[in-house]
Order: sequence, then C-alpha cells, then structure tokens
Amino acid sequence: MSTQASRSAARVMLSPAVISLLIWMIVPLVLTLWFSFQRYNLLYPDRAGFVGFYNYTTFVASPDFIQAIINTLLLVAGVLLITVIGGILLALLIDQPIWGQGYVRILVIAPFFIMPPVAALVWKNMFMNPTNGLFAEAFKALGLTPFDFLGDAPLISIIIIVAWQWLPFATLILLTALQSLSSEEIEAAEMDGAPAHKRFWFIILPHLSRAITVVILIQTIFLLGVLVEILVTTNGGPGTASTTLTFLVYKQSILNSDVGKAAAGGVVAVILANIVAVFLMRAIGKNLDA
Amino acid sequence: MARAVTTRRKTLTTLAAWGIALLIFFPILWMILTSFKTEQDAVLSPPVWFWFDWTTENYVTVMDRANYFRFFMNSVIIAIGSTALGLLIAIPAAWSMAFVPGAKTKDLLMWMLSTKMMPGVAVLVPIYLIFIKLKLLDTHFGLIIVIMLINLPIIIWMLYTYFKEIPGEILEAARMDGATLRSEILYVLLPMAIPGIASTVLLNIILAWNEAFWTITLTTVDAAPLTKFISSFSSPQGLFYAKLSAASTMAIAPILIMGWFSQKQLVRGLTFGAVK
Repeated sequence: MSTQASRSAARVMLSPAVISLLIWMIVPLVLTLWFSFQRYNLLYPDRAGFVGFYNYTTFVASPDFIQAIINTLLLVAGVLLITVIGGILLALLIDQPIWGQGYVRILVIAPFFIMPPVAALVWKNMFMNPTNGLFAEAFKALGLTPFDFLGDAPLISIIIIVAWQWLPFATLILLTALQSLSSEEIEAAEMDGAPAHKRFWFIILPHLSRAITVVILIQTIFLLGVLVEILVTTNGGPGTASTTLTFLVYKQSILNSDVGKAAAGGVVAVILANIVAVFLMRAIGKNLDA
Repeated sequence: MARAVTTRRKTLTTLAAWGIALLIFFPILWMILTSFKTEQDAVLSPPVWFWFDWTTENYVTVMDRANYFRFFMNSVIIAIGSTALGLLIAIPAAWSMAFVPGAKTKDLLMWMLSTKMMPGVAVLVPIYLIFIKLKLLDTHFGLIIVIMLINLPIIIWMLYTYFKEIPGEILEAARMDGATLRSEILYVLLPMAIPGIASTVLLNIILAWNEAFWTITLTTVDAAPLTKFISSFSSPQGLFYAKLSAASTMAIAPILIMGWFSQKQLVRGLTFGAVK
C-alpha cells in the first residue's frame, strides 16, 4: 500500500528521532566506558592515564559498594512490596461500587504528581522530624519517646517516602487493568458459588498478572535511579546507611570529582539496569504483537 | 464491574475507600494547611489542624524573596521548551512508523524504548563534562535538550499508539484526492490526532516539570527550576516550614491540576501501551 515515495519520506521523518536518540545513547556510554579505564580526577587533571581495571577493583572492593548494592536491593524490594500489594488491595477497593469514586481516584493519584524534592521535604520536616514532626507528636500523645526516623532507620524511612510516591502509579495501572475484567466472568463464578477469596486467586489475580509485571518492571527502572529523595533527606547517611548505588556514583562524580571511579560505578549501574530492562522489553514486546 | 449491592455494603466500602484515600492525600493536605499558618503555628505542639489564624503572608514572603518567580519561570521554560522540541521530532517519527510501517518498525520502537532504560548516573559524568566543555551547564538550552531526550521515547510511543488508532483508509482517500504529504498531515491527520497529541503534551509537561535528577545535577543558579530551588532547603536555613510549604504548594499546584485531568492517558503513556 505504501509507495516508494512515502517510504523514503517516512525515512526522512524518522531520522531526527533516530539520530538524536542514537547520539544520546552512544556518546555518553562510550565516554563512560572510556573514563572507567582512566585515572581521571577533576581536582588533579594532570595525573591522568590508562589504569586498566583499577577503578573497577577499587570501586567494587570498597565496603561502601557492598553496602550500596544491599541498600539498592532493599530499597527496590521494599518499595515494590508495599506498592504492589497495597496497589492491588486499593484497586480492588476503589473498583467496588462506591459513592464519589472519581474523587477517591483524584485523592489517591495525587502523590504521583508531586515533584520528588517536595515529597521528600514534606515527609522529612513535617512528619519524620523527631522534635516537631507529626509522627513525633503522635508518639508523644501516646506517651512514647519520639522516634528519629531518618536518623535511626534511614533506609526504611526513605522506602516509606518513595513507596508513597509510587503507590498511586501501581494503583492506577492495576485499577485500569481491573476495569477491563468482564463482570460476567465474576458473576458466573459467583453464581457457581465460588467464595470471594477463590474468585480473587483464580480469576482476578491471573487477569492482573500482566499489569503487575509491567508495574514491577517499570517501577524497578525508576527505583534504581532514585537520588533526590536520598539527597534531601539523609544525604546517604548516617555513614552509608542509606547510600544506594546511584547515590554512590553521584557522590564520586559530583562531590569527589573522581570521574574514573564514578564511571566504573556507572558501568555497574548499566549492567544492573540491563538485567531488568531485558525482562521489561520482553513483557512490552509481547503486547506489541497482540 | 458494576454489580447490584446492598446499600449497607456500599456505605461501608465507601467509608473505607474515602478513609484510605484521605490518608494517602493527607501529607499534601497538611502541607497546604501549613502554608497558611504563621511560622509559630506551624511548629505548635500539639499541632493545630484548622483553627489557626489563616494567613497568606507566607506566599507574599516567598514571592518577594529568593527570586521565586525566576525559578518558576525556569520550570515553565524547560517544561514547555522540551515538550515543543520533543513534539517536533516525535510527530513525524510516530507518523511514519504508524502509517508506513516497515519490517524493522517493531525493533525500532523497542530500541527507542531501551534508551529510556539507561540509568542517569551511568552517563552523568560524561554529560556533565560535555556540558562544561560546550558551556551548556546551567543553561535553558542544555536542560531542554536533555529533558527532551529522556522523554522522547515516551512521546514517540504514546503518539504511535494514538496514531495507530486512526484508520489508514482515510489517509489513503485523501491521497487519492490528490492531497500532498504535507496537506495530508496538516489537514487530515492532525485534526484527528489532536486529542492524542494533547494528552501527550500534558503528560510530557508533567514529567518535565517534576524531573529532578538532571535539573538538579546540571544547574546551579541561572537555569535552575523549582526542583532545584526546593531541594536547596534540605536543611531549613532561613526558610521555615510555613514558607517552605507555601513555596512547595505553588510548585506543585499547576501540575497537580494538570495531572488530575490526564489520569487516563497517564496509564497508556507510562506503560508504553502495555496497559490500556
């Protein structure tokens, strides 16, 4: 159906997008790889040169690295656990016949539109602050000693903040998937006498499985890159208690000006992200055929 | 799943849903309430909920100092600039993939998506150095380019799924009637695609406005948007809770309103059409 002329026109129209994305992907990645084998500190520009795998060995061997990897996995797993389970329950609840469903949706989705620094600072100052945050007030009202959330449980506090930001996303997507489930199917099961928990496990959950996969994969991509929430609340601390891989690379490059080591960390981050990306692409690609 | 239920059950589920929804929304509500308090009322123990002396003084103070307006305008410039530039590149690309699909179209779409998976930190160093070299650090132009590029795959995908829904026969009919490629796009495709383009614009503005990784790392003062401004108050020097709340409320208000209007499209855009 398409003519030769429209084909070449199509190619011309595609090229700006393809070329710009190609440059955006290739140039920095090649440079990152290159820097990762160089001794390159912005503070000592004269001491430069090829150092082989030195940056990798020192980056990976440092105790900060192990801690950062563990923290990254805990952050991603913790937020996923809260948002997926919470999202399923919340979507099921909102999908019930209720008054003012539209308004409930609006309230639930709101945190997703809050820019990360605002979300993090509101939680840090007005909720988790041990002297006059709302949580401290609640503890005091119950006769307990206020708990220093960001000081004594920094990673868990950050997980709570990030989960609050992403719960709406999971809920909204699962709700959309839920609403595409035909009511006949549920009614038929109901008629056959299937109790609520069986309807959930054998009809609703299988129907949601694709949406759950997509939620998990997309969130993982974004969660691996969480930086600002850590930057404005704990700055990676105390010590390295809330330092993730992303934050560690940020610290090496922007704060320590150690380009070589930061680049090595960047390559590690690429590998980590790619493992997730492969699965995500497969899940989305499947849908493209349908 | 609309089914007949008893009023009693509906009342109970309504109460539960509203309760949880208000709990989730509460931090935002609390921030908005605090923005209307005096600094003394904001840290009162036990806290005051609604019965305090409401004041708009914080908003006035914030707008007076700290060049709030400049940060706000930088956010506007970056969000609108990157969206406009992104559309300029994405519309032709999505058009050609949707209406002149080739054998490689699917691979191309997947490849574009894969650029989105690249972690920002992995390329932070080279981008930072390139920006220094090209004198792009802390400029609108540099940020517009970067924000446009990170959102470009989403724009293309979203437009692609919308364009796909436009029946190709209409375009063919226009072609038969002798429409040139240019008029085909301008007078046939665009009017039908406007709703899709509008929601793409909305989502992209939201994403660009809230983007905090690159805007914070690549700006210092001149081109710094609200994300940078707000995060500079990680330790509350000078600006306290009430004023921080006022600044934050103004920073999120336009996006919150736009976001509420674009809920449905959000799902499609953020899942790359995988969930509709």
